[in-house]
Amino acid sequence: MSSVAREITRPDAAPAAIAMAGIEKWYGTGLSQVHALARTDLSVPQGELLVLLGASGCGKTTLLRMIGGLIEPTGGEMRIEGRPLWRDGRRQDEAVAELGMVFQEANLFPWLTIEGNIALPLELKGVGRSERLARARELTRLVGIGGFEARWPKELSGGMRQRAAIARALSYDPDILLMDEPFGALDAMTRDAMNLELQRIWMETGKTIVLVTHSITEAVFLADRIVLLSPRPGRIDTIVDVPIPRPRTLDAQSLPVFQDVARRLRHRLNEIS
Amino acid sequence: MSDAIVSPAAPPAQARRPAISRAALLPWITTPALVIAFVALWHDYVTRNNVSAFILPAPGSVWSAWVEMLWSSRAWGHTWMTVYATLYGFAWALVIGVGLGVAIARVRWLETTLNPFIVATQVIPKVALVPLFVVWFGFGITSKVIVAAVLAFFPILTNTVLGVKSIDAGHRDVMTSLNATRWQIFRRLELPSALPYILTGMEVGIVLAIIGAIVGEYLGGNNGLGAMLIAKMNAYETDALFAVVIHMTLLGFIFYFGIGALRRMLIPWHQSSGR
Ligand SMILES: Nc1ncnc2c1ncn2[C@@H]1O[C@H](COP(=O)(O)OP(=O)(O)OP(=O)(O)O)[C@@H](O)[C@H]1O
Ligand SMILES: [Mg+2]
Repeated sequence: MSSVAREITRPDAAPAAIAMAGIEKWYGTGLSQVHALARTDLSVPQGELLVLLGASGCGKTTLLRMIGGLIEPTGGEMRIEGRPLWRDGRRQDEAVAELGMVFQEANLFPWLTIEGNIALPLELKGVGRSERLARARELTRLVGIGGFEARWPKELSGGMRQRAAIARALSYDPDILLMDEPFGALDAMTRDAMNLELQRIWMETGKTIVLVTHSITEAVFLADRIVLLSPRPGRIDTIVDVPIPRPRTLDAQSLPVFQDVARRLRHRLNEIS
Repeated sequence: MSDAIVSPAAPPAQARRPAISRAALLPWITTPALVIAFVALWHDYVTRNNVSAFILPAPGSVWSAWVEMLWSSRAWGHTWMTVYATLYGFAWALVIGVGLGVAIARVRWLETTLNPFIVATQVIPKVALVPLFVVWFGFGITSKVIVAAVLAFFPILTNTVLGVKSIDAGHRDVMTSLNATRWQIFRRLELPSALPYILTGMEVGIVLAIIGAIVGEYLGGNNGLGAMLIAKMNAYETDALFAVVIHMTLLGFIFYFGIGALRRMLIPWHQSSGR
């Protein structure tokens, strides 16, 4: 029996936010098959901020999209809060309802205003207009774009659009937030600011967050735990704890423990790629 | 405000560009100027060379023929027939074109199966089929509606297919991650996303619909502006013939700008609406 299954059946503990056992992914068929992710076991406890780190092409996006239910694993089992995400090739609604996704691009709909975008998930779930606009207003405050509710997405900067995308994912209050290089397209200064904001939002809301990044600094700054992936086929290489107290400030980067963790990650990344 | 986390200051709501830019004003000057110059040249050519009024009437007599037309209730009856056939045919083309377009763009095998036929019907000179429609549907309004619909259908279909296929994969991911139903995906993503394309198809389609209606009227019956045009030709009333052409052109303009107004109303967020 896999360790994941044991964890789920343990009666005293709450189920892990995310638990995967033997998850793997092959793309394509025949000779052009790509082994994107080898059999992977991983469990993410509730409330953790986990970072997936690795070189380009090592399967980070693949893994995150499998957690989010956007692609079905070729093998293995994925559980969200103890419930299987897939059953007979069908995605299970109760599991998906606890997942919020933020992509590298903000992916806001240009024909909706900022509040329309943020309230879209609630609209799809049939929440009434006044209630969802009130929620949108509350969320623009939380992510720091209060006052921009009535604007079109193209009137906002890249960083502000990404804040709106985070607000959209938070609108229906999922327990788990999945983020694929959410700040990858931003400049270094905006990125630092967004990292601080994300930490604040995470501490205020108590969500479980899984975040994908290329950046070692971003990983160490944000993570409780860092999962280092190695390529061809993608698999978990090492898992590193980051014992830096919260809330972390940008000055935390000069702490010896920060630099130590960053150095270990850098060396290991060089060895495996 | 006591809200500490409102970091980027909200700009004042009135901070807008001036309502009309200089580039937008330009056509209001150049267009009348060019039209006046053209009419002046025309007038000059006709009077200087003593051109026969059967070949090329002077602008003045065309103008009075048109004014006379505007006072004739028969002419308005013809106009209404043409407008009716155009809009009715266009409405059919729109419904079927968008519906089939979305289906083709979504369902792979449907596209593979239908594509040869769509290409075939594209390359058939459809105007050549008009006599056939007259044979099938008679000299009444039905044959005109059908010709208008057939001509307007293809640009709407192809633009809809293109529009639905061009939907951003990231936008689709958003809807999938939100567990949207098929209908929600159509209503909240595919339709608004394809709308700029559909409107482009409609702009081409409405003009083709008028052409279809008029060509239909050439060949069948004695109603509509097309039939009126043929009657004027047979009566050697060249000035009235010109007047009908001008009338048709204005009609085309009205329809075309109607779609443009629809564009600004439906998709104010899109670049093509010139915000
Ligand atoms: N849809 C797909 N079809 C075929 N192969 C794919 C597909 N998506 C990804 N792959 C392959 O799977 C492997 C892992 O890709 P993935 O996008 O998960 O990497 P990544 O770690 O997110 O990379 P990056 O950091 O560049 O975003 C790569 O070799 C890629 O070529
Ligand atoms: Mg990726």
